[in-house]
Amino acid sequence: MSNIKCQCGHENPYGTELCEKCGRPLSEKAKKSDIVDMRYEGSSRRSQTYKSSIVDKIWNFFSSVKIGVSIIVAVLAASAIGTIFPQKFYVPATTDAEYAEYYERLYGVVGKIYYQLGFYDMYNSWWFKVLIVMLATSIIIASIDRVVPLYKSLKKQRTRRHPSFMKRQRIYGEGDVENTEEALAKAEEKLKELRYNVKTENGAILAEKHRFSRWGPYVNHTGLIIFFAGVLLRGIPGFYVDEAMWLREGETRNIVGAPGYVLENRGFILENYTKDEAEEVFGEALDKVGSIVKTYQTDVTLYKEKEGALPGSDDLEKMQDYSIVVNKPLKFNGYNVFQMDYKLNELSTMTFHLVNKSTEKSLGEFTVDLSKPEKEYDLGNGSSVKMIGFYPDYDGVKDGEPYSKSPVPNNPAFIFQMKTPDKPEGERSFVAIRQTLEVEENDYAVKFASAETRNISGLTIRKDKTLYILLLGGLIFMIGVIQGSYWQHRRIWVQKDAEGHILVAAHTNKNWFSLRKDLDKVRESAVLPAYIDRQDPELDKQEQEGDEK
Amino acid sequence: MDLVAVSSNLLFVSFVSYLVATLFFGGAIKKSKTEKAYHNSKWGTIGLVITIIGFLAHLGYFFTRWAASGHAPLSNMFEFTTAFGMMLVGAFILLYIIYRTPSLGLFALPIAIIIISYATMFPREVTPLIPALQSKWLFIHVITTVIGESILAISAIAGLVFLVKNIDMTKKSKQRFWIEAVMYTLILVLGFVVTSTTFKVMNYEAEFTYIDKNQAPAEITYHVPPLFGMNEYEAMTPDAMTPWIEMPPIVNAQKLSSLVWAVAVGSVLYLLLRLIARKPIAAVFQPLAKKANSQLMDEIGYRSVLIGFPVFTLGALIFAMIWAHEAWSRFWGWDPKEVWALITWLFYAAFLHLRLSRGWEGEKSAWLAVIGFVIIMFNLIAVNLIIAGLHSYA
Repeated sequence: MSNIKCQCGHENPYGTELCEKCGRPLSEKAKKSDIVDMRYEGSSRRSQTYKSSIVDKIWNFFSSVKIGVSIIVAVLAASAIGTIFPQKFYVPATTDAEYAEYYERLYGVVGKIYYQLGFYDMYNSWWFKVLIVMLATSIIIASIDRVVPLYKSLKKQRTRRHPSFMKRQRIYGEGDVENTEEALAKAEEKLKELRYNVKTENGAILAEKHRFSRWGPYVNHTGLIIFFAGVLLRGIPGFYVDEAMWLREGETRNIVGAPGYVLENRGFILENYTKDEAEEVFGEALDKVGSIVKTYQTDVTLYKEKEGALPGSDDLEKMQDYSIVVNKPLKFNGYNVFQMDYKLNELSTMTFHLVNKSTEKSLGEFTVDLSKPEKEYDLGNGSSVKMIGFYPDYDGVKDGEPYSKSPVPNNPAFIFQMKTPDKPEGERSFVAIRQTLEVEENDYAVKFASAETRNISGLTIRKDKTLYILLLGGLIFMIGVIQGSYWQHRRIWVQKDAEGHILVAAHTNKNWFSLRKDLDKVRESAVLPAYIDRQDPELDKQEQEGDEK
Repeated sequence: MDLVAVSSNLLFVSFVSYLVATLFFGGAIKKSKTEKAYHNSKWGTIGLVITIIGFLAHLGYFFTRWAASGHAPLSNMFEFTTAFGMMLVGAFILLYIIYRTPSLGLFALPIAIIIISYATMFPREVTPLIPALQSKWLFIHVITTVIGESILAISAIAGLVFLVKNIDMTKKSKQRFWIEAVMYTLILVLGFVVTSTTFKVMNYEAEFTYIDKNQAPAEITYHVPPLFGMNEYEAMTPDAMTPWIEMPPIVNAQKLSSLVWAVAVGSVLYLLLRLIARKPIAAVFQPLAKKANSQLMDEIGYRSVLIGFPVFTLGALIFAMIWAHEAWSRFWGWDPKEVWALITWLFYAAFLHLRLSRGWEGEKSAWLAVIGFVIIMFNLIAVNLIIAGLHSYA
């Protein structure tokens, strides 16, 4: 495609609407319009120029703002639908059947449909991801389509513009003044005072301000793309660790997801507010609600396995003591360990007596550590108790065997083999909380004496190398959005045409009132013709004249 | 007098100042014939001074309450909504100084007054912070969000002035219907304030037991007569009225009862006003908007979106993500409040793109600004009270 040569002699790329240099309308459309379309300076944009090939069509699709806004609205609508009922991860269920049951039980037919359409896991659905990818594509293509020609156009603009350009501006005025030279000189002086960047070219002034704000949208779009890239990286192994672990008081264990590091739980603390602290201020609230939690805290010690030590060995090097509370995670080597959950009073040990049922005499006691039960407990004097079966979370009998529904000692049950000097071959007994079963009548029994409990901390372990990328994206977005929003690109043209009339025109990408205020200030010191704002019929010309007095 | 009492009194002072300032802005419009005079009206200046006094008292409320409790007063519905009202006035002062338009004040201040009244319907006692809120980010994140949202709200108010002025109220049209719907909604909020206050003065309470959605027994106290009963309710207060109908477990019948009371009383209020005025409420306000310059209102609307959008992004998304990462170990968790902040952000992004590239100015832009405000209010009210999530601190 050939370039378009303007009457002023400048060669414009094919598809240009307004000459880059002098502003003369080049296309039929621009020639016919009363106010020229100044967006992107009437420059030649790929999407408006090439429309035949398949690449053009894809390019044009994504560069359209109409399509961009449609995608935004689609993401918006999808996000909103996802908040109608709770998402999958907030529902206390694990299997598909349980999810289906949950949504139907609570939300009826609508809930069932919501589940079946996959809205219960909206933000992980393939089509939501497709929408996000389309949004990113649109941002990239639409920006490139605009920023390059806009940059070239603004760079090539000439100070003296053709009257046909001036006349087609939204703010325009023309007329004769007594002393044109003086008017131009005064205008130039005033515009400089208003901190405009002023250029002159024999009898023509171009005053320009804050052109950099035009780049704001493209800067903020770059920030968004960096942010999206950060989110994509999270899929790569090693960039992102997200694990959870339960750590009992007194326990020392390898940290899940952080190989080589070991954590000891020295104690979990749950503290409520008391009235002693601030009766006067918080008393009323505490009376009303009952109790309010003040702290969830896990006191930990962090260890590192010594270099060269075998995994799982006890060769540990102490790193630090720390108290993890909500809002203050333990931080080390890129990892964060958060206080997320807790369980109070889990059984840790149970102590039993071996007693003679008829005399009720104890033959000795033994303590079972529920996290590490031993096979046999020797009570001395020829008595011992052997543990044949251990069911930490006993939940009845299944297929003739006692059944444990989890490895957590919520409801421990045991089968003991009791050996005594009287009965060296041993007697069997099934012992659960408040329950003892015997196959045949025994002489001896294991009797519960006492139990100890401890608390468990629920910790989350995170490592996220993408955070800094996301933060960078956010920062660039903020710079761009501020640059584009808090400043406006303003231009004021004042020139003397061939017949000696003064022409005034002005343009801004936004906030026309403020531009008019600037123009009014110039007119206070320099005698310039009155102007019209073609999009504000309410602007009273009389008043404009009157403003000076 | 302790600090908490000082704080409440200062809030009352600011409330009264806003009422008085509204009258002065009204005077500024009535007394001026030309637009120029109207811009430089003495009445307007006095109105501004009183507004600033009110705003300072409001700030005084904020900081004395902070001193009393030891944390920024932004931790529950009362505190958040009051701060929203405060920053709305702050944003108005900023835009008034740039553009000097009394008609903006005439609409902005009453809306701030309605918002503050709404806030005071929530429990007002000073509550200690739960562990998740004990962070410097409580102040940084919430105040930035509040400021962003209130500047965005100014655009809706400018939009409202634009619409009230430009919609032909003599002919039946979609626009006339919807602008009247906006007025009706504002009156419903007043209805809520009237009912809550009345029953509070009467000291009304009715206690019930019920079975919650996790099939566990629970108790609830109604502060309005129970029109609707909770799932499998049983009355504990002997002389309370019997609910009309029992609701399924997912519906909070107590909140539903309050809502229906508010709508009923608000509707009666609306009908009375219509009977007195004998025309749509929007038409009653039309003369007050007549002297505003449409182009100027359009620019104020756009400008406040431009000023508010970056602030909102910073507070409601970026600071929010940083804090969420500190407190909940993830920067984004699709919690309903987070999602609605994203929706608000997407909406204003769409607004800006439609305006820049598709030329949606004037009336279209004004409607969009009003819808944006509806979304912000939805996130404040409905998401807190109806859709339960991590942010339900009311």
